[in-house]
Amino acid sequence: MTVKIADILEERRDQIHRTGEGAIDIACNRESLAGAVSQRACVFCGSRVVLYPIADALHLVHGPIGCAVYTWDIRGSLSSGPELHRLSFSTDLQETDVIFGGEKKLEAALDELIDRHSPKAAFVYSTCIVGLIGDDMEAVCRKMTEKKGIPVLPVMSEGFKGNKRAGYEAACKAMFRLIGEGDTSGISPVSVNIFGDFNLAGEIWIIREYFERMGVQVVANVTGDGRVNDIARCHGAALNLVQCSGSTMDLAKMMKEKYGIPFQRVSYLGIEDMADSLYRVADFFKDKDPSIVERTQALVRDELQKLMPELARYRKDLEGKKVAMYVGGSFKAFSLVKAFRHLGMKVVVVGSQTGTKEDYAELAEITDPGTVIIDDANPLELSHFIKEKDVDVFVGGVKERPIAFKLGVGFCDHNHERKEALEGFTGMLNFAREIHASAMSPVWQFAPRRANRIRAARKEAVNE
Amino acid sequence: MSKVKTARPNFVSTTNACKLCTPLGASLAFRGVEGGIPFLHGSQGCATYMRRYIISHFREPVDIASSALGEKNAIYGGGPNLKKGILNVMKKYEPKLVGVATTCLTETIGDDVPMYFNEFFKEFGDLDLPELVRVSTPSYNGTHTDGWHGAVRSMVEQLCVEDHADTGRVNILPNMVSCEDIRHLRDICDHFGIEATILPDISETLDGPALEDYVKIPEGGTPISEIKAMSGARATIEFGRCLPRETGGTSLETRFGVENHRIGLPMGLRESDRFFEVLESVSGNPMPRRYELERGRLVDAYVDGHKYIFGKRAVVYGEEDLVVGLCAFLSEIGVDVVLAGTGSRGKGLEGAIAQVTHGTARVAPEVREAVDFHDIAAEAETLAPDLVVGHSKGYRYAREWNVPLVRVGFPIHDRFGGQRLLHLGYKGTQALFDRVVNAVIEKKQADSSIGYGYI
Repeated sequence: MTVKIADILEERRDQIHRTGEGAIDIACNRESLAGAVSQRACVFCGSRVVLYPIADALHLVHGPIGCAVYTWDIRGSLSSGPELHRLSFSTDLQETDVIFGGEKKLEAALDELIDRHSPKAAFVYSTCIVGLIGDDMEAVCRKMTEKKGIPVLPVMSEGFKGNKRAGYEAACKAMFRLIGEGDTSGISPVSVNIFGDFNLAGEIWIIREYFERMGVQVVANVTGDGRVNDIARCHGAALNLVQCSGSTMDLAKMMKEKYGIPFQRVSYLGIEDMADSLYRVADFFKDKDPSIVERTQALVRDELQKLMPELARYRKDLEGKKVAMYVGGSFKAFSLVKAFRHLGMKVVVVGSQTGTKEDYAELAEITDPGTVIIDDANPLELSHFIKEKDVDVFVGGVKERPIAFKLGVGFCDHNHERKEALEGFTGMLNFAREIHASAMSPVWQFAPRRANRIRAARKEAVNE
Repeated sequence: MSKVKTARPNFVSTTNACKLCTPLGASLAFRGVEGGIPFLHGSQGCATYMRRYIISHFREPVDIASSALGEKNAIYGGGPNLKKGILNVMKKYEPKLVGVATTCLTETIGDDVPMYFNEFFKEFGDLDLPELVRVSTPSYNGTHTDGWHGAVRSMVEQLCVEDHADTGRVNILPNMVSCEDIRHLRDICDHFGIEATILPDISETLDGPALEDYVKIPEGGTPISEIKAMSGARATIEFGRCLPRETGGTSLETRFGVENHRIGLPMGLRESDRFFEVLESVSGNPMPRRYELERGRLVDAYVDGHKYIFGKRAVVYGEEDLVVGLCAFLSEIGVDVVLAGTGSRGKGLEGAIAQVTHGTARVAPEVREAVDFHDIAAEAETLAPDLVVGHSKGYRYAREWNVPLVRVGFPIHDRFGGQRLLHLGYKGTQALFDRVVNAVIEKKQADSSIGYGYI
C-alpha cells in the first residue's frame, strides 16, 4: 500500500500504513533516511534515557560537550532522595584529546568526580567520537572499579551505531552487570521489580502505593527514582513488571534466563490497562497470598468510584474530538488509544520512533479504519496528517509541540520532559484535565487554520 | 587586579557546562537566512538533540536535517549520505540555501565536505540547486559561539564572491542576540534611513507568526541576494569585542575594502552611544529625536533607580560578548560584577571587560574563561553575590544561593518569551535596567518581615 502524497519521500512510503487498507506490512527499525529530518535521536540518547533516573549513580558522558549538555536535567524524573542524576558530567573532549586519546582524561575525571560525589556506582557513556578514537573504556572502568571500590560501568552507546533501540540494549547490558551483586535477604515472596518506568512527575510513587495496598513489595525501580543497591539485589524479586518494553525488555529477558525470574508486560496508563496490570499481578501471586485478589478488586473499585464521575465531566466536552499521537516507544500508544476512548475521543494518527512490526500490527488491530500508522516520522509528514485528519489534540514530545501549535492544534506532552503525572488512576484524571485544557482553550479559534474556517462558515451563513 | 584563569587548573571534568557545542551555533545562524535550512553532517542524534534544545527556547518548529550516518558510513565515509540527504532536503523543503555544518563524527573520520560539494555539483549540476554553504564545526573545538561566527563568515565568504556595485547599504553582523533585538536593530536602521543587511536575521525565522499551514521553511531571514551584494555596502558593523580575528566583517574589508566597524554589543549607555555614533557616521544623518528621547529616559531611569542597586554584587555568565555587554551595563549602574564567566576559552574576555568598564567599574571582576557551573559555584561561595545575570542554566545555583536570577541570552528554558527579550540599544538597556531593579526590589520584599508595598 502506498500513499501518494507530496510530503512523503518515496523511500519512506512503506513506513506508513492506514488501518483497514490491506494487511499491515510496515517497514521499521531501519536507519533514518538522510535529509528526512527524523524525530529520532541516537544510540547515546537511548542509553541515556534509560539510565538517567538512577539517582545515586554518577552519569559521566565521555565525549565533547554537546552530548552531555543537551541531556542535562531535561527529564521530569523525580527522586525521593539523592539528585546526582540531575547534574551533567562530561569529559568535554578537546582536540588534543581526540588526537592523543581520551583515556587519561576519563580516568582523571572519574577519579575527581567519584571523590567529590561519593556515588554508589558510575555509568560512563561512550559517544560517537569515543567509538572512533578507540578509547578502551572497558579497561578504564575496570581500573577505576578497583581503585574506587564502586562499580564503574561502561555504557557502549556510540551514537552512530544504530538507533535509540541499540541504546536501550546498551543500558540494559550495563545494568545487568550490577544485578546479582546485592544481598537479597528480607525480600518477600510476593515482590516485584518495576521496569520501564521513569518516575516522571513522581508517577512511580503512585504505582508503588497501589502495590503496597495490594501487599506487594517493590524491590527495585528500574529506573525511575532508582537506586544502585536496589538494582544490585533485584534478582531476589519474584516477578518483573515491564512497562516501557522497548527500553527494559532486554533486561527482563536476561534476568529470566540467568535467574529464572518471570516477567509480565504491564501499562499504568489509562483505566483498563492500569486495572488489568494490577489484576494480573494479583493473579500471579494469588497462590502465595490468596487474599490479594480481593484487595486488588477493592483498590480498583475505590479508585474508579472517585475517578469516573470526574472523567464524565471532561468527556462531555471532549466527545468526538480527534487525536494524533507520535511517541518514542509504541507500547505507550496502545494504552493511550484506549485511554482516549474513555474520553470519547478518537485516535486517527499514531506513530512511533522505534516500534516493531508486532507493535504496529497490534496498533492496526486496536485502531479504527482509516487510522494512519507511521514509523520514524518527520515534521512534514506529521503536519501533513494533522491537517488531513483535522485533529484537535496532538500527543508527543517537545519536538512535536511547535508543529501542533503552528497548525493551531492542542498539544499534550507525553514524553520524558513532562511535569504532570499521567499514570495510574490519579494520572488518568490529570491526563483528562490536561487534554481538556489542551482541546478546549478559546485560543484555537484565533489560530489561523480554525479562524479562517470559522470566518468562511460565517460568510456562507450570511450568503444563504 | 583580577587574574584570568583559562586553563582551569583545578578540575579535569566538566559539571553543568556553561556552553553548547559548535554545530548548534552554526545551525542557529543558518536559520537566519531566507530559505535556509541547517544540515548537520553527522549521526542523527546531533540534529535531533539540537532541535530539541533550540525549540525549548524559541518555541518554534526547528527543522534541522541530518545525514543520519550509521556505523558503515563512519567507516567508509559519509559522502553518499550527505549527497542523498541534500537531495532529500531539496525535494521536501525546496530550500534556497542548505547550510552544512560538520560534527565531531565527520570531522574525525576526515570527511572532505568541499570535495563532496564538488562531486555533488558535478553529479547534479543539471538540477535547480540551492546555494550550498559549508562550515567546519568539530564539537571538540570551540563552543556554539564559534559555530555561529564560523557559519556567518562561511556565508559571507562562500556567497559574496564578487565585487558588487555600490549598494549604499550597511551590513550588520549582530552576533548571537534575540529575535526582538534584531527587530529593534532594523527599526533603528529604518529611522536612520539606512538600508541594512543584517546577517543572520532570525527575527522572523525563529519567532514566526501563527499561520494557516505548516511552513516548511519560515519566511524571513537575510535574503541571499543581499548577502551576495554585501561587498557593495558602504560599511559593515559587527558586534563583539571577543570575536575571532577573522570574521565576515574582516573578510569583506580585506577582499572588497568594505570598512569594518567592530564595536561591542550595544548594551548599556556607553556601548549604545558607540553604536549610534557609528550609525550617524555611516549614514551621515544625526541621531533621530526618538533615540535622543530613549537615551534621555534611560539616563533618567539610571538616576531614579540607582539607590536600589548600588553596590550589589553580581555574577554574570554566558556567551563571551554578551558577558562583556552585561559588564558594560552593570558597571554603569553601580552594580559590582564580582565574577564574569564564559564557557569559551581564548577570547580575550578580561581585556574586553576592562575596556568597557573603564571609568565606571569600582572593582575589577574575577574573569573566568572556560568555566562550567561547578567552577562558578566554587568561586561564588566566597564572592557572596546578590544577583545572578545569565541564561536559565544558572537557575539551580541562584536558587541555592537564594538570590534573584535575571535571565538574559540563550537558552531561556524556564521562562516564557526568551526570544522576545530585548537587550540592545537604549531601549534594550532600559528593559534590562527595569528588570534588574525590580529583581532586587522583589527580593527585598520577599525577605522583608513587614512586606512594604510602597518602595
